[in-house]
Amino acid sequence: MDVLNVITLLGNFLIVPGLTYGSQLALGALGVTLVYGVLRFSNFAHGETMAFGAMITILVTWLLQASEISIQPLPTALLAMPVGIAVTVLFTLGMDRLVYRYHRERKASPVIFLIVSIGVMFFMGGLIRFIIGPGDQIFFDGTRFILKAREFKETTGLNEGLSLKMTQAVTIVTAIVIVALLFWFLNHTRTGKSMRAYSDNENLALLSGINPNKVVLITWVLVAALATVAGTLYGLDKSFKPFVYMQLLLPIFASAIVGGVGNPLGAIAGGYIIAFSELILTFAYKRVVLYLAPEGTEIDSLVQFLGTDYKIAVSFIILVIVLIIRPTGLFRGKTL
Amino acid sequence: MSFLLGQQMTGGYGAADILHDCTIGVERGEIAVIVGPNGAGKSTAMKAVFGMMPLRHGQVLFDGEDVSGLRPEERVKKGMGFVPQTHNVFTSMSVEENLEMGAFIRDDNIQDSIAQVYDLFPILKQKRRQPAGELSGGQRQQVAVGRALMTHPKVLMLDEPTAGVSPIVMDELFDRIIEIARLDVAILMVEQNAKQALEIADTGYVLVQGHNKFTDSGEALLANPEVRRAFLGGV
Amino acid sequence: MFDSGFYEKHRAPILFTVMAGLLILVGFIQSWGVSLTILNLCLISAIMALGVNIQWGYAGLFNVGVMGFAALGGLAGVLVSMPPVSEAWQAGGLGILSGLLITFGTVMACLLVWPRIKHINRWRYWIVFGIILSGYALLRVFFDPGVDAIESIDPSVTGYLGGLGLPILVAWPVGALFAAGVAFVIGKIALGLRSDYLAIATLGISEIIIFFIKNEEWLTRGVKNVNGLPRPVPYEVDLQQAVWFQDLAMSLGMPVDDASSIFVKLCYALLFMVVIAVLLWLSETALRSPWGRMMRSIRDNETAAAAMGKDVTWQHLRVFVLGSAVIGLAGAMLTTLDGQFTPVGYQPLRFTFLIWVMVIIGGSGNNWGAVLGGFFIWFFWIEAEPIGLWLIETLTTGMDPTSPIRAHLLEGAAHMRLMTVGIILLVALRYAPEGLIPERKRL
Repeated sequence: MDVLNVITLLGNFLIVPGLTYGSQLALGALGVTLVYGVLRFSNFAHGETMAFGAMITILVTWLLQASEISIQPLPTALLAMPVGIAVTVLFTLGMDRLVYRYHRERKASPVIFLIVSIGVMFFMGGLIRFIIGPGDQIFFDGTRFILKAREFKETTGLNEGLSLKMTQAVTIVTAIVIVALLFWFLNHTRTGKSMRAYSDNENLALLSGINPNKVVLITWVLVAALATVAGTLYGLDKSFKPFVYMQLLLPIFASAIVGGVGNPLGAIAGGYIIAFSELILTFAYKRVVLYLAPEGTEIDSLVQFLGTDYKIAVSFIILVIVLIIRPTGLFRGKTL
Repeated sequence: MSFLLGQQMTGGYGAADILHDCTIGVERGEIAVIVGPNGAGKSTAMKAVFGMMPLRHGQVLFDGEDVSGLRPEERVKKGMGFVPQTHNVFTSMSVEENLEMGAFIRDDNIQDSIAQVYDLFPILKQKRRQPAGELSGGQRQQVAVGRALMTHPKVLMLDEPTAGVSPIVMDELFDRIIEIARLDVAILMVEQNAKQALEIADTGYVLVQGHNKFTDSGEALLANPEVRRAFLGGV
Repeated sequence: MFDSGFYEKHRAPILFTVMAGLLILVGFIQSWGVSLTILNLCLISAIMALGVNIQWGYAGLFNVGVMGFAALGGLAGVLVSMPPVSEAWQAGGLGILSGLLITFGTVMACLLVWPRIKHINRWRYWIVFGIILSGYALLRVFFDPGVDAIESIDPSVTGYLGGLGLPILVAWPVGALFAAGVAFVIGKIALGLRSDYLAIATLGISEIIIFFIKNEEWLTRGVKNVNGLPRPVPYEVDLQQAVWFQDLAMSLGMPVDDASSIFVKLCYALLFMVVIAVLLWLSETALRSPWGRMMRSIRDNETAAAAMGKDVTWQHLRVFVLGSAVIGLAGAMLTTLDGQFTPVGYQPLRFTFLIWVMVIIGGSGNNWGAVLGGFFIWFFWIEAEPIGLWLIETLTTGMDPTSPIRAHLLEGAAHMRLMTVGIILLVALRYAPEGLIPERKRL
C-alpha cells in the first residue's frame, strides 16, 4: 500500500508535471536547434518568439471567448493557435527580411548573428509588453481536470491522489503530434530532406540545386510554428507572463545543447532530461520517506536536494557538466 | 571545338592569379585528366570550369553555349555534374537520400536513375539505408559520384576521386569511371595518381603554375620522356 | 559650419563636448542634481562598457552575464564594508565555516581523485558524482542549521553575517577579484568551445549569481536589501553642519541643502573620474603594447594566430578574466554610489544588453568609444522615459483624453525604450557597425 502511495505521489508531482514541462522545453529546444542547424546561430530571441506567438493566440482566444465560440471541453486557445502561428510566421519572416537577411548575405560571423538576435529579442520584448502589458494573463477555459485527485483517492482507496489537468494532457498530446509531424516532414518530404541536406553540407546542397532562400524560409516558418505552440502550451499550463519566457531561454538552450545542438532528436531528449532533472532535484521527498520509513518516524526537513528557487541552477549545472564531459551533446549535434 | 571547353582561363581568388591562359576541354564519351605538381592550379582549373571561381579572362563553353556567367547550380541544370574533393556526401543522410538530393532539381520520377546508380555501384544498394558518414572512404566516393550522376549530366567533373582510397579501390573506381564515359558522358577529372589516371585518359593536361605545360593524348603523355621524368616519378 | 574633414579628425573631442553640453542642458532644464546623478551613472556605465570592450573589442568574446559580474562587485561592497554582526557569527558562524570547509574538501577530493581514476572508463563519473553527493549531504547537515540560526537573529535589521567593517573603497578591488574568480571558472569551461557557448554559459552564471544573492539571506539579506553602506565621501548632514561648508554655500548663493547634495555628488564624480582615467590609461597602454597587437591578431584571424603558435584559448581566458574584473569593479562602485545593495535591482539581461549597446554604438575595439557610448546610451536611457511620455502625450493630444487607446499608449510608453534600444542596436549593426568612434587601424 505504501509503495503504491509512493508511486502515486511521484506520478502526481514528478512524472506528469515532468512530461508536461519536458514537452514544452522540447518544443522550444526544437526551434532553437532548427535555427542553429540551418542558420547556424544561437537564437536568443526564441523565448520572445514563444511569448509573441502565445500573445497573439491569447488575443485571438479573447476574441473567440467574447463571441462565445468554444470547443468545450478543450481550451479555446487550441482553436486560436493556428492564427497565432500564422501571425508569428509572418512576423518572423518580416524580421528575417529586415534584419537577418542582410547579415546572412554578408556572411556575418555567428557571434554577430547572436548579437543581432539579442537586439531582436529586446525589440520583441518591448513590443509584447507594449501590446499586452507585463502582467499575468489568464486565457485558460474549458474543463480544468480530466482526473481529479479526490476521485482518484475514492476509487483506489489510496492516501495520495493522482490528478491530470486538461492543460497537461493537451500539452503532452499536442507535443507528440507536432513532433511526429515535424519528423515526418524532415525525413519523408523532399523539402524536409533538402533542409537536412542544407544543414549537413551547405556547399554540396547548393551544388545539388537546393535553393538556400527556400530552406531559410521553411526553417523560419517551422521555428515560428514550434515557438507559438510551445509558448501557448506553456502559457496554458502555467500562466502567461512575458518575463517568464525570457527565463525559459536558459533551460531551452540547455536542452538543445545537452541533446546536441542542431539535432532534433537530441532537442527532445534534452527537453525531458532538463525538465525531469529540475523536478527531481527540487522535489521535497519528505512524504516519500515517511511512507517508506518505519511507522512513527519523524523528519523535520523537507528532504530536498535543492531549494525550489534554484530550479534555474539545475539546467545550468547540467549544461556545464555536458560542456565539460561531452561538448557535442548526447546525440552528437551539428546537423539536422 | 570540344563539347566542354574552358578557354584561355585567367583568374584567382584574390589579387594574384592562379590560372594563366589555361585551356581545358573534353569530348562526350571521353575522359580528360588534369595532372601536375601540387599547387599547379589543377583543382582551381576545375572550379573555374564549374563557375566556383571568378574568371578575369577567358570563357567556358558548354555544348557550344557560353556558360561563363552562370552560377554553379545553374550549370548543374544545364547538364554539368561536379564531385568535390572533400565533403562530397551528406554524412548524416542515408545513401538513398544522398542520391535523392542529387536529383533535387529534377521533377520527374527518379527511381530509374537510382536503380542505374545501384547497378553501377552494387554495394550502395546494400547500404542504401545507412548514413553516408558511416561508410568507408571508397564507398563514400561511390556515393559522391552516384549523387552527381543523378541529374544525368552530360559532363561529369571529378576532383581527385581517388584521394585517400586504397589502390584496389582506386582501380575499381577508375573502372566505373570508364563505364560512365561509355554512356556518352564527358569526364573531366583532376588526379594525384597521374600515371594510372593517364592510362585511362583520352586527353591529358599537364598544368604547371597555372599554365598548360603539355596537352596530348594520355598515351602520348605517358610515352613523353619529359613528362615521365618530371611528373610521373621517373622511369 | 565646419567641414566634415574637421569632424573626422576631431571626432572624439567633438562628441565628448556634445555629451558635456547635453549634461549641462539637463542641469539648466531639470536640475543640477539630476544632471550630476546622470553623470555619475554615466561614469559607472562607461566603466562597465570598458570591461565589455576589453572582452569584445580586443578579443571578440561575447559576455551575456555583465549584470552577474556587476552583482558580484556589489556583493563585495557588502562583505567588505558592513560591520560584522557578532551575534550572527556566534549563532551560525561555525555552521557556515564548516560548510565552507566541507565544500573546499569536496572539491579537493574530486580534484585529487580524478587523475587517479581517469583510466577507469565506466565508473569514474559515478565515483566523482558519489563524492560530490556525499559532500553535499554533509554540507547540508552542518550548513542549514547555521543558516537558520543566522537568519533568525533580528531579521528586520540584520539576519545576516555582516561584513568585515573595512572602508568601502577596499571593496572595489575585492569586487574585481570576485568577478575575476568566477570569470576564470566560466572561461575555463566555455572558452575553446564554440563561440556561442560562452554567451550561453555567461547568461546562465549571471542568472545563478543573481538568484544566489536574492536567496542566500545569511550572506546578502536577499530581497530585504542591505542599506546604509558606509560612504567614501562626506555625508550631507555633516556638511550642512560644517561651518566652512555653510560659508561656501553662502558665497555661491545656494541653499545649504542643495549645495551639500551637489557637493557629495561631485565628490563621487571625481572619484569615478579618477578610476576611469586610470583604466583608460591602462587599457590604451595595453592596446598599444605587443600584447595588444597579438590580441588583435587573434581576434582578426584566430586560425592564423593559432598556427603561429599563439595559445588562443589561454589569451582569451586572460582577456575574459580582465574584462570581468573591470565589470566587477564597476559593480562595487555602483553599490557604493547607491549606498545600498538591492539584489532585485540586477536584471540579468536588460542591463547587460544596455552595456552591450553602449559598446557597439560607441565603437567596438575603441576604449574612448566605449566610454562615450556609456555616456550617450545611459543618458538616452534615463531621458527616454520623459521624452517618450512627452512624445506620446503630444501625439495623442487630438484624442479624447478618456480614450482607452490613449491610456494604453501612455501606459506602454515605459516599454517603448526597451524596444527603441533594440532598434538602435539593430540599426547600428547594419548601418554603422564601426560605431561613433571607430577603432583606429593600427599596423
